[in-house]
Amino acid sequence: MMFFDQILQGIFLGAYYALIACGLSFLFGVMRIINLAHGSIAVLSAFLVLSLAEHFGISPFFALLLAVPVMAAAGFVLQRTILERSLRSGPLTPLLSTFGLAVVLDNSMFQSFGANTRSLAPNIGDLSFAGWSGPGGIEVGQLAVLTLVVAVALLSGLQALLTYTPLGRAIRACAEDPETAELVGIDARHVYAAATAIALVTVAIAGTFLAMRSTFDPYTGPTQLIFAFEAIVIGGTGSLWGTLIGGIVLGVAQNLGSQVSPQGFLIGGHLAFLLVLAARFALAGRDWRGWFGVRSRAVA
Amino acid sequence: MSLLAVENLSARHGLLQAVSGVSFTAAEGEILALVGANGAGKTTLLRTIAGSHRAAGGRISFEGADLGTMRAHRRVQLGIALVPEGRRLFGAMTVEENLKVAGANGRRGRWTIETVLDAFALLKPLLRRRCGELSGGQQQATAIGRALMTNPRVLLLDEVSLGLSPVAVRTVYDSLQTVIAQGDTTIVLVEQDLSRALRIATRVACMLEGRIVLEGKAADLTRERITEAYFGLRRGEGGMRA
Repeated sequence: MMFFDQILQGIFLGAYYALIACGLSFLFGVMRIINLAHGSIAVLSAFLVLSLAEHFGISPFFALLLAVPVMAAAGFVLQRTILERSLRSGPLTPLLSTFGLAVVLDNSMFQSFGANTRSLAPNIGDLSFAGWSGPGGIEVGQLAVLTLVVAVALLSGLQALLTYTPLGRAIRACAEDPETAELVGIDARHVYAAATAIALVTVAIAGTFLAMRSTFDPYTGPTQLIFAFEAIVIGGTGSLWGTLIGGIVLGVAQNLGSQVSPQGFLIGGHLAFLLVLAARFALAGRDWRGWFGVRSRAVA
Repeated sequence: MSLLAVENLSARHGLLQAVSGVSFTAAEGEILALVGANGAGKTTLLRTIAGSHRAAGGRISFEGADLGTMRAHRRVQLGIALVPEGRRLFGAMTVEENLKVAGANGRRGRWTIETVLDAFALLKPLLRRRCGELSGGQQQATAIGRALMTNPRVLLLDEVSLGLSPVAVRTVYDSLQTVIAQGDTTIVLVEQDLSRALRIATRVACMLEGRIVLEGKAADLTRERITEAYFGLRRGEGGMRA
């Protein structure tokens, strides 16, 4: 029963990883950018939601509603000021510029908020620890279930956006062939900016759940980036539902690893990541695209 | 007044001068066939008009207004659409999605999914199929339909018959007749198949090494004159006009 419990808790943990990874996967699927500032932006969102919640004395969920348009606007500006210019200079430049952005963000947050760890757990009352008891002593946390529900809803929403809306079709067209997209009347710059805005909205949601389920500090971002990156590689870049599966595989592997030894939590996750990577490498016939799970340029 | 005017246009690929001092006009409803050997600059010329390739010099005007450095999507919204060489469909998207994505971002007008399917009946059973799974002829029909969904006033068609079977070429050209029959869309057609180009064009321009070396009404030009210009057999005489 304990083994089953670990699997179950791993699935819930994986749902959080899917939340944090979906923005990174989305941006890579659309623009072929690996945003190394992704984790730092999630932490920035957490600080933003925490500040709004504490300043106005409101629930973090209401604070998140206020943060969403701010992060969307930040995404738009990020694309127009940094990513667009970086993309013009080749595929490596966005890596460097987003790495630089991560350094700036981490240290700016340290300067503004100090080194103390923070959490939104005190702001959400019983939700942070309340749960339901199941057979065999299995405990299911309410926040964990909420995280899973939000992850599935977010991925479903993104999938629906990409499939059924004109903006979604324009995003998929730009992901596949931006030059031809322009030839059917799509302003690729605008679509990229909209896609970055959407990605940062998902990061805002992920950052809020990060702050509700654990503590964070200005330098938490890089760790979150690694987990998000591992989830994406396991699930397949550009595949939204693959991101959920990748997150769950990572979460389950970490939880099972933690049963072997205290260090097994991280090692279990890294092992799962390396095994999938090796399998991809073998199956892809030494095709470098296979390393990153790229099946096609299309999103979803 | 001509709908589309190209004056002394030049375009480069790095150091290579692909288009050099090209000038022509196209009136509303006119069908201009651009013929020439591989590497003559036809594709680059169309891409430059569509805004996919930066002009190195000269002027392109649409209804008298200079297009300057206007981006491709803005030109589409003005009414200039290109069916690119190789079709370049969004292969992971369905035929319907390819049509819809163009319809949502182009001009409003007569061309809708229904009217496109009326013109290209072969697409009716294929709407839900991914474009990457289609045959060459089906892809070409989708590419032309996609361009029509933007309701163009100038339709630039690049190598319509390239890589298609004779049956597929005939099917696509038969459907294209529906567009031509409307009489209000200017077509600039790049075509290797000289016979087919001469059959539908009202005017012909022959390009050689980036320049137009022969231009005239299709009815006034003999196949021999075009062939001579095509292969540069009368070089040194300068440009020819019928």
